[in-house]
Amino acid sequence: MLRPLIALVLLGWSMQAAAVLQIEITEGATGARPIAVVPFGWSGPGQRPADLAGIVSSDLARSGQFAPIERRDMVSRPTAGEGINFGNWRTLGVDHVVVGSIDAASGGGYRVRFQLFDVVRQRQAAGYSFEARANAMRGLAHEISDVVYEEITGERGAFNTRIAFVSTEGSAGDRSYQLQVSDYDGYNARPILTSRQPIMSPAWSPDGERVAYVSFEEGTPAVFVQEVATGERRQVSRRAGINGAPAWSPDGSRLAVALSFEGNPEIYVLDLDGGDVQRVTRSGAIDTSPAWLPGGESLVFTSDRSGGPQLYQARADGSGSARRLTFEGKYNAAPDVSPNGERIAFVHRTEGNQYRIAVFDRSSDLMRVVTDGRLDESPTFAPNGRMILYATEHGGRGVLGAVSADGRVAVRLSQAQGNIREPAWGPFRD
Amino acid sequence: MIRRIQPFALIAALALAGCATAPSQEPGAGEAEPTTEEEAAAAGAEGTDAADTGTGTGVAATAAADCPPNCDFARDAVEDESSALSDRTIYFAFDSSRVDDEYMPIIERHAAYLTQYPDVELRLEGHTDERGSREYNVGLGARRAESVAQLLQAYGVASGQITTVSYGEEVPAVEGHNEEAWSKNRRVELVYPASGG
Repeated sequence: MLRPLIALVLLGWSMQAAAVLQIEITEGATGARPIAVVPFGWSGPGQRPADLAGIVSSDLARSGQFAPIERRDMVSRPTAGEGINFGNWRTLGVDHVVVGSIDAASGGGYRVRFQLFDVVRQRQAAGYSFEARANAMRGLAHEISDVVYEEITGERGAFNTRIAFVSTEGSAGDRSYQLQVSDYDGYNARPILTSRQPIMSPAWSPDGERVAYVSFEEGTPAVFVQEVATGERRQVSRRAGINGAPAWSPDGSRLAVALSFEGNPEIYVLDLDGGDVQRVTRSGAIDTSPAWLPGGESLVFTSDRSGGPQLYQARADGSGSARRLTFEGKYNAAPDVSPNGERIAFVHRTEGNQYRIAVFDRSSDLMRVVTDGRLDESPTFAPNGRMILYATEHGGRGVLGAVSADGRVAVRLSQAQGNIREPAWGPFRD
Repeated sequence: MIRRIQPFALIAALALAGCATAPSQEPGAGEAEPTTEEEAAAAGAEGTDAADTGTGTGVAATAAADCPPNCDFARDAVEDESSALSDRTIYFAFDSSRVDDEYMPIIERHAAYLTQYPDVELRLEGHTDERGSREYNVGLGARRAESVAQLLQAYGVASGQITTVSYGEEVPAVEGHNEEAWSKNRRVELVYPASGG
């Protein structure tokens, strides 16, 4: 599988011979770009409000597209373009350098300047100045990461985005469930719903303003849609039996759901304005976890109509018959479709009975396992399609993992406590 | 739903003949398939251990009871922890929504009580272990609850007395990420809402 990537290729060390080429890097090639994100300078009273360079460096490393160098390897720590000795950075094999400074501004805020330099061409590739309050510093760092990412890769970064996830605390008989919204890296989490009964399957609306989810708060499952900013919500389905797995249509007007009120778990499409419900599948098996393909005409979903769970594709209006997509292995479930529709991430059980995240390429029909856990689940694509967040188990706890969509870089996201599951990556924030 | 009819009819016939045989396993049931015979055997063995040591299960605890076949319950028997109705959890093997024979006395006792008091309602809560897709597991938990509901109905319980809900893997009885915990989490709980459980 070829991945189009824009890379800077050195034709020589002299400025004249340097050129920028667009090339494709094949799977497994060493494509991570060496970059130095130098600790930002700080001038002001007291402690620096945030380690912006550290956040930017972590963002870039997680994407799999960059290989930030360690601070201890930095021979100098310039805080502005004038202090950069390009020869030193070139010796370290670094293609780009990010420098910046934080100054206390009047009114309790901060002024942040940053510059991105191309070491080869010895010139500034980007430079911005921001003003922000202390509580916005992580978001600002993610914005800087987005600028660096897009400037160098030519693709939009997805660092300044949000996720929703479910967390639990306590054990049997004393368990609480929270639906939380946080930055993409799990920081700045805040609960938008707390319950003594299960909460499941959060899904962002395409405009990023609402989250659909399943709550058992009334004793049986119901689907709700909630405004993230205001907390205002409404129940959109509480039929007999299963009300589960909501997925927004690309235009935000419909929700695909799994319902069993007609006797068996099947896929339906709910019109959010009129409330009409359109049945999509008729299988007699368990059909669930619908995910829309771009364009809003077709759905990918899980069904065990062939014995074990596999992925299928069907038209959202219920016409025609469903087509099976996965044939490798006996368990393929919980699909998420990449924003461009080219890839599907899902839970795959390996021959060694490990549950891992796999990515299916729709043009080649090839599948590739991209994680190495034993209880990995709930994959969700970044809005630029380049990373996948998923739930995994570490040290007996549910935690979030992030893997580049090509499987090259996998990291765990740290979080304070509780059991975390079911991440849902929100859209770009415009 | 069509394909459920046949096993149901079979169970009903067997039950009426006094031969309490569990339904044949439906294709695709269960959250996972063991890939080796050893794993399947191990999973089954652990499941049995769980039934013996788990809370509120196991036939031994009520072996002295005369029910079935002679069941005559006081109306408040569900409130009595020493009654033959105190066992309210049915455990399932790996990859199965089949009710094992050892749990048939539990089914029969609750069926006897519910047919004796046809205004009493029962809620069947289906659960799975934590492996695999959460949403698919909701479907599996529903399938387990449905298996128990069909057996109760085969013993004469009115369908209107029974409601089912599936929690999938969301409400484990036991924390843990190993077969010991999983075997105790693959279950259907019989809950009498009017008596607070």
